Parts: sequence; C-alpha cells; structure tokens
Amino acid sequence: MDFPAVSLRAILPAIVILTTAALVLLLDLLPPRERKGHLAVVSLAGVVAALLATTWLWGGESRAFRGMVVLDGYALFLDLVICYAAGLVVLLSMDYLRERGLESGEYYALVLLATVGMMLMASAGDLIVVFLSLELMSLSLYVLAGYFRARLASGEAAMKYFLLGAFATSFFLYGIALVYGSTGTTNLDRIAASASRDSLMMVGVALLLVGFGFKISAVPFHMWAPDVYVGAPTSVTALIATGSKAAAFAALIRVLVTSLRSTQPDWTVLLWGLAAATMTVGNVVAIAQSNLKRMLAYSSVAHVGYMLIGLVAGGVFGTGAVLFYLLVYTFTTAGAFGVVLLLEHAGGEGVSLADYAGRARRHPILALVLSLFLLSLIGIPPFGGFVGKFYLFGAAVRSGYIGLAVIGALNTAVASYYYLRLIVYMYMREPEGVEAVSTPSFAGGLALAVALVGIVVLGVVPTPFIDLAQAAVTPLLR
Amino acid sequence: MQTAVFFAIAAIAVASALGLIVRRNPIHGALFLVVNLGSVAAIYLMLNAQFLAAAQVIIYAGAIMVLFVFAIMVLIPGKEETGPDPLRPFRLVAIPFGAFLLVEILLMLVVRPAPPREPPGAEGGAEAIGRLLFTDYLFPFELTSVLLLAALVGVLALAKRKA
Amino acid sequence: MTTALAVRDFVAAFVLLNAVIAVVTYVTLLERKFAARMQSRIGPYRVGPHGLLQPIADALKLMMKEDVVPATSDRWVFNLAPLVFLIPCVLIFATIPFAPGLGLADLNIGVLFFLAVSALEIVGLFMAGWGSNNKYALLSAMRAVNQIISYDLPFIFAALIPVVLGGTLRLGGIVEAQRGLWFVAYPLLGQLGFLAYLVAMIAAENRVPFDILEAESELVAGFRVEYSGMKFALIQLAEYAHVIGTSYLGALLFLGGWLGPGPAWLGLIWLSLKALAVFLLVTWVRWSFVRIRVDQILGISWKLLLPATLSLLLVAAAVVAYSGGARGA
Repeated sequence: MDFPAVSLRAILPAIVILTTAALVLLLDLLPPRERKGHLAVVSLAGVVAALLATTWLWGGESRAFRGMVVLDGYALFLDLVICYAAGLVVLLSMDYLRERGLESGEYYALVLLATVGMMLMASAGDLIVVFLSLELMSLSLYVLAGYFRARLASGEAAMKYFLLGAFATSFFLYGIALVYGSTGTTNLDRIAASASRDSLMMVGVALLLVGFGFKISAVPFHMWAPDVYVGAPTSVTALIATGSKAAAFAALIRVLVTSLRSTQPDWTVLLWGLAAATMTVGNVVAIAQSNLKRMLAYSSVAHVGYMLIGLVAGGVFGTGAVLFYLLVYTFTTAGAFGVVLLLEHAGGEGVSLADYAGRARRHPILALVLSLFLLSLIGIPPFGGFVGKFYLFGAAVRSGYIGLAVIGALNTAVASYYYLRLIVYMYMREPEGVEAVSTPSFAGGLALAVALVGIVVLGVVPTPFIDLAQAAVTPLLR
Repeated sequence: MQTAVFFAIAAIAVASALGLIVRRNPIHGALFLVVNLGSVAAIYLMLNAQFLAAAQVIIYAGAIMVLFVFAIMVLIPGKEETGPDPLRPFRLVAIPFGAFLLVEILLMLVVRPAPPREPPGAEGGAEAIGRLLFTDYLFPFELTSVLLLAALVGVLALAKRKA
Repeated sequence: MTTALAVRDFVAAFVLLNAVIAVVTYVTLLERKFAARMQSRIGPYRVGPHGLLQPIADALKLMMKEDVVPATSDRWVFNLAPLVFLIPCVLIFATIPFAPGLGLADLNIGVLFFLAVSALEIVGLFMAGWGSNNKYALLSAMRAVNQIISYDLPFIFAALIPVVLGGTLRLGGIVEAQRGLWFVAYPLLGQLGFLAYLVAMIAAENRVPFDILEAESELVAGFRVEYSGMKFALIQLAEYAHVIGTSYLGALLFLGGWLGPGPAWLGLIWLSLKALAVFLLVTWVRWSFVRIRVDQILGISWKLLLPATLSLLLVAAAVVAYSGGARGA
C-alpha cells in the first residue's frame, strides 16, 4: 500500500491554528482555572503565527494529498483575510466574555476550529474536502451562536442556524452527488477536464449554488441571517458575518471558476438574478430595521449582492475585485460589529437605534470610529469600501453588465440612507435616559484600531492589494 | 432479474421516504426512515458495496434510536400542536412552485439526457474501502476526525451544567 | 443463479431456521434447570421424563392463549414489533459457520454483518415499548435505548479485536487464524478482550445485572408487559435466539470455533459445546449478581469499557504490526 506523501507544508496555516485549538483545550484543564484570559492570548498568538506562516508560504504553489488540498496564491490570500477576521474576533471576545462571566476554553477552541474549517475551504481541491471543511466551520458556528445559553434569543439563533444550515448542507451534498454522477469524480480539476453540460450537471450546479447561497446568505436564502445575527453573541456575529462569508465565497469562486467553467453561461444567468435580488432586498429591508444588529445583518446581505456582481463579471478583474472587496468588507464589518459590541449592555440590550441617540456625546471616540466604518460601508472615499465598490462596478461595466452596475449604484444610494441615519442619531439627537460611560479595554481598542488602519490603508493605497488579489485569481482562470 | 429487484427496492425506498414526510406522528415517521435506510443499504449490497451497507445499518440503527428519544422527549407525539397553520399561504405557493421545478428538471432530463455511465468497477469490500481511506482519501479521513472533535467540544460547551 | 442452487439455499435456510428454534426452545429449559440447581431446587420435572417435554408444553400453552391488543395501543406498531424484533435475532445465524463449509453464507464481511443485523434488534424493542402505549413499556424502551447505544460501541470494538488479530472479517477465516493458539489464550490481550466481550454482550442482551429495562420490581416486565400469547412467545424466542447467536459468535471469535481434537466432523460438536459454555457463563452471572443502577450502567460503558476496548484494539494492532502481519492474512 503506498501512502500519499504527507506534506504538512501545504496546510501549514490550518495546522498551526488546529494545534493552537488543541493547546487551548489542554491549557483549559490546567490552573489557573478561574481566569481564562491567557487562553485568548494563546489563541491570538496562534492566529498571528498562522498569519506569519501564510506570509512565509507566499508565492508557493503546490498540490498535496492526491489533489485534495491546493496551496496557491488564491488560498493564501484568503487565509490572510480569514486570519484577520479570526484575530479581530478573538480580540473583541476577550472583555466581552469576561464581563458576562462566560469565558471558557471551549469558546476559543471552537473559534479556532471554525477558522481551520474556513481556511481549508479556501484551499480545498476536492468537493469532499469542501464539504467537510464547510461542516467543520458550520458546526463550530452553530454551537457558538448558542453560546449564551441563558439567553432565549441565543438558543433561537443556534436552533435556526442549525436547522437551516443542515437543510442547506443537504442541498449541497445532493449537488455534489449529481456532479459526481455526471463527471465520475469529485476532484475539482478532473471535473473541469470532463465537464459536460448534461442534465445531471446542470441540476447539480443549481443545487450547489443553493447550498453556497445559504452560507453566503444571498437572497432568497438569507432568511436565517437576521435572527442569527441578533441572537448570537456579538463577537460570534462578527465571525459569521466576516470569516464564514469569506470562506464560503472562497469555495464558491474556486468551484465555479475552476471546475464548472464549462457551465459558465448557465450559472452567470443565475448569479445575475441572485446578485440583483440580494442587493435590493438587503438594502430595502435594512431601512425598516430599528435593531442595529439586524440592520447590519441586512446590510451584510446587501454586500453579498455587491460581491456577486464581481463573480458575474468574471475574469481577472471581476474575480479579483471580489477578493479585494472581501478583504475590505472583513475589516469594515468586523469593525462595525466591534463598536456595537463595545457599546452593548450586559443583558444584550442597547443595540436599538433609539439607544444610539446622542451616543456621540458620551462616547465621542467610539461614535467617530463607527461613523468611519459606516462611511466605508456606504462607499465614500477615502475608505476601502469606495475602492472596492469602484472596482466591482468597473468590472461589471467592462464585461458589459451595465444593467447590474446601475442596480448596484442605485442600491448604494438607498443604503446610504440607513447608514447616515445612524450617524444622524448619534450626533444630532438628544440622549434618552442616563447611561454609564464605559471605556473600551485595550484589546477592544486594538481590534478597532487594526480594522480602522485596514480600511484607511486599503482606501488610500489600494493598488498593491488590488494587484495581489488579481495575481491570486490568475491561476484559477488559467 | 437485477433490474427487477432494483426497482422493487427503489419503490420501497421512495414509498417509505414519502411515508416519512406525510405521517404526522414522528414515531411513525422515524419507523419509515428505518425502512428507507434499510432499502438504501440493500441497494449498496446490489452494487457490491458490502462494507458500506453494513456500516450504514450499524450507524443508522443508533442514529434512529436517538431520533426516537428526541421525538418522545421534545415533540410529545400524539399531542402535536393543532390550530391554524400561520404558514398556510406560503404552502399554497410552495406546491405550484415545487411542481414547476419538478417539471423543469424533467424537461431538462429530456432535452439534455445524461450519457449512461459505467458504474465504477471497484470492489466495495472492507479491504478496498480501507485501502482508499488511507491513500486517496487520507486527508478527508483525517479532516473528519477534526470535525468530530469540534462536535464533541461543541456538545460539551452546550451541555455543561455551569452558567 | 440456477434454480437448483436457489432451491438448495432455501432448503438450507429452512432447516437452519427450524434448528435454531428447536435449540432455543430447549435452551430455556436448560436455563431453568441450571438456575434451579444454583438455588438448590430441582426445576421443571413433571412434564415428561425429568421435565424434558416442558418447553413443548409451554409453547402449546402460549399458542393457545388469547392474543390481547390494548385498545389504546398504536396498533400497527404494536403488532409489527415482535416480528421486527425476531427477524434480526434469527438473521444473525445466517452468517455463522458451524463447521468448515457448514453454514448458510460465510460472508467476507461476516462479523460486520452480524454486528449490523444485531444492531437492528433495538428497533423492534422500541416499537414494542412505544406501541403498547403503557408507561412501564415506554420507560423500559427509553432505558433500552440508553443502554444499547452505550454498549454497542464497546461490543463492536471488543468483537473487532479478533478481527484485527486474524486479519479478516470472514468468520471462517478468523477461526482458521486461531489454529495453534486461540485468541482467548493471548496473554492479557485475549482474556481482557474476552471479558469485555462478555460484559458488553450481557449488557446488549439486557440480562442481569444490566436488566434495568425489564426490572420486575419497577417496570413489571418492561417493554413486553402488554404482550400475550404468540406475540409474547415470539419476543421470548427472539431474546433467547440473540443470546445463543452471540454466544456462538463469542465462541468463534475467541474460543477457536470448531477447532478441537478429533476428526474434522467433530467441529460442529466442539463449536456448540463452546457456545454452550459461553451461554452458561452468562447464565451463571445472571443468577449470581444483583441489578445495578442506570447511572452505574452508563458509567461502566463510557468510562471503563469504551476506553478499555479501544486501547485493547490498539494493542491488538500493535501485536499484529510487530509480529509481521495478521495470522489469517
């Protein structure tokens, strides 16, 4: 029996995170048992180590484990995005959990395990690996969503996320089965080689899109998102909104662009509709929300729509723009949820629009930071959101999808209404009631600072990052 | 002969799956699921995948039992909630929509039929599967253990008595 | 498949089925006699010489009793349960080789087939408990699920130890691999493995000391409390068939199967004697121990038996790896 060569190098970042997760679980058993702060530090160290490993591997390209894992620029770029998301979430979780007396080793271990799943989704070379890593990520997130067991909303979030997620997974599996039936393989490269456009393949592709649609919460598969975002602990919400979306997009792009290229005309039509519906529904419904977490949930749905535009446009420009937008979106959304998290009261209240009236007076810095993130979400220069949208819409125009670009631009205008409304509430309304002033801790401040630097740098000097993103997708399009 | 047996088993599988969906009593549903999984195991046997068939029966026998317990403890069979279904209008939309999708799939099967494929000739015995698991599918195999670890940690985190 | 072969298979299956039923019927008598001796009694003595016709009389009595179906029962489930319970318990005999070449089918996944089929038994048991619509029966079924799920894993792992040592899942191959040295004679590994097998087997069969699901003092008769007449007989038959089948499996896996001194045709006798020894061992335990609590039962499984059988499996793998391959391979 000849065993495959075990090349851990190809999955080094994921291995680093996995080892850290195991380490956290072991350290959890050792004293000091009352305080868990050091576990967060260990987790953070693991994420930073994975980040370093990613940069060390940069430029390498290899396949390992009989084509099950692909290490290329694309995977490394997304590893970077995911590492940043995980790092920001760990930073934000530290004080958030301690103030609520819910720090535990399991929390950090699950965050890290979810991160492993996300990273492997980005570098999967086989539909089976896509499925398993998707499950690894989802399973950890289901539990994390219900982590505040005492809160009914948290349990509801976990249950909804779990049931709908399991439902979506079955669609995904069925899709894999049909694609296998049509091509006789689950390997992404070999699917591309023997691609046909027979009925099995077409139905399979549609089912795969449904499965991915759930994970990226594209309309009409977005129903779970608002309830889960509201009920889950806000730090977990940040992870679901950033890391899990980046990972799902990573797998979606790789599967569509490399292995299902022969059916591109077919899925482009589907994605066109999904993109238009997702943007419009997300933005229009967000207007009606009075709960901030719910509003951000719909806004994140809308942003998925923008990113789908890039996928419809295709090519190096379109796909590269999606990757760049993912990077920007991760920093911006993690930052916005971070501010919400820092201003949240212990019982989970203080996240409605009315609570934010006059917040600028008590929390001038946090209000300013939140405003900057919101401006980036709208897409106003000099922040990363502007550049990201510019490239996405530009790619759409370049590929001739002018209608879609117009819908996107109109949506941006609609979106600015509810983002600006929040800023108006913070700066121009009188505060209601008395509210204790809380000073954000060092960890929380650090997370916000990193995210803020991220969106400013990406907005002011975007060119090197755009080049990176375009270089990352080039091997996929060969 | 083979074809006849296959269609008989397939008919049982489909009928029991329908029974699972249609029956309101969750225990009856779970029993139909037993029949369904058993007939799928029989199809595995016909494809010469004995190991898969046996593993399917062993694993799902346990899974079904958990389902039974879950149904009794959570759903209280026999006392299902009655009253107007708040989602009734959606269901009325769902039926034509589902029918439309079905017709579309059937149409596609007619317009673009999939070429018949030779079933993979590999033998499905324990040895063949073991060999595959430790060579071609080594990575997914190991990844599954990470998945199980995550599930284990997750269950403990949710079920721990404190807090 | 030619018609002659098909007919031969059907006849063989028919013969085996009836042989199993006959053996099981008399095993009940054996158990009663054995238990009576342990308690300084004589046991059944009236019907026939030394009570030898007692099982026949019992069977006739049960067949003639009224078949009562509770009015509030889940009728279909209630009526089907004894059959669903019986079929897997009899089906396990299909794969047992009683001597070289003597058996219905010596499958190349024999052990797995056995484990898979006997795992189905619980479905019938649960149907009986649920269908009766009786609090005692339902409680018993819930306890059964707890126990069987907990003990399935150690049972499977214990049964896999000989599989690893023998290097095959075929029961005949496992027996042949024991030529020269039975697996039970492997120092420590064999004895501990056999012990784990016995404990898991007793638990899987819900016999004392693991009989919380029919604990007479609490649950009357557990899941079969509402059954009478022929259905009750079927359930009893199934239970004993399962015990006998598992005893045969234990004899095949650990005690060298049909191997023994004398000519080859003695194989069937040897195997049956060994299986009988396993059965009597289990019965001995039944009449000597007291019932243990639910939490103790679960604790033994998850905290002791599962890690123990897993480590034994690892040791077995190490033995195979360092002695240059499995014996049967």
